[in-house]
Amino acid sequence: MARMAGRRLLLAVPVLAVVTFGVFAIAAASPFDPAKAYAGSAGLGAGQDVFDQLRENLGADRPFVARWWDWVTSAVTGDLGDSSTLRQPVADVIGERIGWSVLLCAVAFTLAVTVGTTLGVLAARRRGGLLDRVVTSLSYTLEAAPPFWLGLLAIWFFALKLGALPAGGLTDTGSDVATAGQVASHVVLPAVVLAVSQLPWFVLYVRQGVGDALEEDPVRGARARGLRERTVLLHHALRSGLLPVLTLIGSRVPELITGALLVETVFSWPGIAAATVQAATSVDFPLLAALTVLATAAVLVGNLLSDLLYGLADPRVGFDG
Amino acid sequence: MTARSIRGMAATAMAAVLTAGAAACSTPGGGNGGSADGAKGDKDSLVVGLANEPETLSPLLGYGKDGNSKIFDGLLTRDAAMKLQPALAAELPKITDDGRTYTYKLRTGVKFSDGKPFSAKDVVFTYRTILDEKTNNAAKGELDAIDRVTADGDDTVVFRLKYPYAPFAERTVLPIAPEHAAKGQDVNSGSFNTRPIGTGPYVLTGWSKGEKLSFKANPAYWGGEPKIKKLTMAIIKDDDIRATRLRSGDLDGAILPPNLVKGFKGDKSKRTVTARTTDFRGVTLPTANKVTGDVAVRRALDLAVDREAMVDKLLEGAGKAGYGPVPTDSEWFAKGTERPHDLDKAKKLLDEAGWTPGDQGIREKDGQPAKFTLWFPAGDKLRQEHALAFASDAKKAGIKAEVQSGTWEVIEPRMKNDAVLAGGGNPADPDFDLYNLLHSSLALDGFNNMAAYANPDVDKALEDGRRSGDKGARKAAYDKIQRDLAADPGYVFLTHVDHLYVMNDRWQDLTTQIEPHDHGLGAGPWWNVEDWQPKK
Repeated sequence: MARMAGRRLLLAVPVLAVVTFGVFAIAAASPFDPAKAYAGSAGLGAGQDVFDQLRENLGADRPFVARWWDWVTSAVTGDLGDSSTLRQPVADVIGERIGWSVLLCAVAFTLAVTVGTTLGVLAARRRGGLLDRVVTSLSYTLEAAPPFWLGLLAIWFFALKLGALPAGGLTDTGSDVATAGQVASHVVLPAVVLAVSQLPWFVLYVRQGVGDALEEDPVRGARARGLRERTVLLHHALRSGLLPVLTLIGSRVPELITGALLVETVFSWPGIAAATVQAATSVDFPLLAALTVLATAAVLVGNLLSDLLYGLADPRVGFDG
Repeated sequence: MTARSIRGMAATAMAAVLTAGAAACSTPGGGNGGSADGAKGDKDSLVVGLANEPETLSPLLGYGKDGNSKIFDGLLTRDAAMKLQPALAAELPKITDDGRTYTYKLRTGVKFSDGKPFSAKDVVFTYRTILDEKTNNAAKGELDAIDRVTADGDDTVVFRLKYPYAPFAERTVLPIAPEHAAKGQDVNSGSFNTRPIGTGPYVLTGWSKGEKLSFKANPAYWGGEPKIKKLTMAIIKDDDIRATRLRSGDLDGAILPPNLVKGFKGDKSKRTVTARTTDFRGVTLPTANKVTGDVAVRRALDLAVDREAMVDKLLEGAGKAGYGPVPTDSEWFAKGTERPHDLDKAKKLLDEAGWTPGDQGIREKDGQPAKFTLWFPAGDKLRQEHALAFASDAKKAGIKAEVQSGTWEVIEPRMKNDAVLAGGGNPADPDFDLYNLLHSSLALDGFNNMAAYANPDVDKALEDGRRSGDKGARKAAYDKIQRDLAADPGYVFLTHVDHLYVMNDRWQDLTTQIEPHDHGLGAGPWWNVEDWQPKK
């Protein structure tokens, strides 16, 4: 178990290097001009000499390989550089925002896993029944719905039509302090939207897993022994039916991150994802690279976690990866 | 390990993550202090909704350069009539040396919000830092005229200019940063950018990027403590969401497009405030293009467009027909240069110049069809509507403008040959718009003179206009430019767009200034929020 974790961590180093290199290369090839993006609205009246000066100050005229190397070497010493779009050190940007992103993702993920498992089990209990048909077709529909579209729909319905929940932000507009109550009411819509966009995968996997398990010999045996339906379902079928879900948890991490990217933007949630979108469109190399490392690390850790969980839950799998 | 213990582990881990997430962070920008009550009902608080957010709050990087920043003051400021008034300066500047030397006597006893005194060295520091080539200030070109800036004692600042520059005083509304707080850190990324300290009527209490800026009144403000103690500027890009949050009482006021303002007409508790602007929309006519470079085509297009119809239909009446960068109601407008819609005259001009009707009503000359591409920035609905209206009017005269949308990255390399639906406007002085739009030396220099307009007479008049200190002589120069522009239009100016605000009706005597193209924190009825009085 420890060996597997160690090996994965070692492997993470070249993976991160390649991924950040890729980010620098793609950003350098994009049509976005860092100097113009930096100037923003002030750039409309600026002449060429100002742009040239900006480009030089930002180091935007240097080849991306050199910029990548500079970034890597200073990142290793703990200096993540300065974000050009947000005009502050990258470490500050991440420090201020990551907690809010983790909060949003954690709430959404918990919701998706619990609701997804419950619905999946209920659907599997009577496959082909009314509930199963409704849940499955809804899941297929939701699978195709992009999170930002769901977000806009949710704002339109809950915030604009019903006026029941705030349409965005971390707190009410007039309030400065992020009290627990304020944050709790503001996190509902974005978290539910993010959860709903993840839900179909859990529902369908659990339904399949539990459904299959219900037809396996041990379950049939349990039924034959006259055990209660509840016991059969929760203790026998669910346990073996949940195994694929453990893998799913790890593999959903990348989707969760891209989902959060869009959801945070739609709801003006002050998390890391909103900064990522800004960094990408303004070719803000230092910020973009640091955020990519963070996302890649999250994916790697997610995969490792699901493999570990799988190994723990099913001793036949083992830890050789 | 059993499945049950795994579940337990997972639950514990999740709970730990949740508490860490909730406890370990503050809002970005670090909100502190202030009460938790919202806009609703408080007489001394104001929450407004804006579409744009500043990139930085440091004047050294360009924040507030046109005045009206709430955290800072400039040497001068503008009143409701856009006349310059002293702010950190004790009086208007003394101009000597044929307009090359500007001397400012400073107000005494002014303190920054951290209690440290303001003096001439802060002014010198601010201007020198902006002009420093290591400073990433995109607007520094506006201070090109400055040769050097020096302090003469604690209370006098002297600017030496490279050339006589009549509108220079208009530039000195830019905010002054304290040397003691902003020096000694990286000007481009230091903490001063997000935690500014100024002499202004308000002190920043929190900045949650992409969401809002919060301010509290500065009790020691030299102009007197503002009546509105708490000011919040919410950044809400989407027009509909801004309107809804205004309706729900979350906001006290917001900028809105004309079609959404209509929805508030019946609401007794709200009032609509209309700000006149110099914010123009117009089509560039690139000189390098065979079609738009032909003076006959340029004049024909200028006559063929129905500006009044655009004002009625696109702006729902909230705007004016535009014949140049100078709006018709400005004191600098050259009376008599209005060109009424005249399709027949446009056709006649084209006939005379040899553009004869060809396939599908598109004219031709020497095998060259009268066709060109017109770009507008993707996502800008108002510009899109202007572009389509322009194309439809041009078509009636037999000229085809193919309307396309793209990001500025796509448009910029094509500006030499293709037309662009441009916008802009700075009300402070005619030099600011006219020089950048029309001077041949700035052809295709960044976003200056996008049409590559070149007219020696106009160049000469532009120079006269900025160098002369005499207002009569300046007026004559700008009149000449506007007349030349009517004879050889480098752009087809279409409209000047009013900015509309819907406000709760709780304060007395709200006013607006004439607004620029860029409508950020400084423009809007809250340009002088520090002077507002609650209604009795």
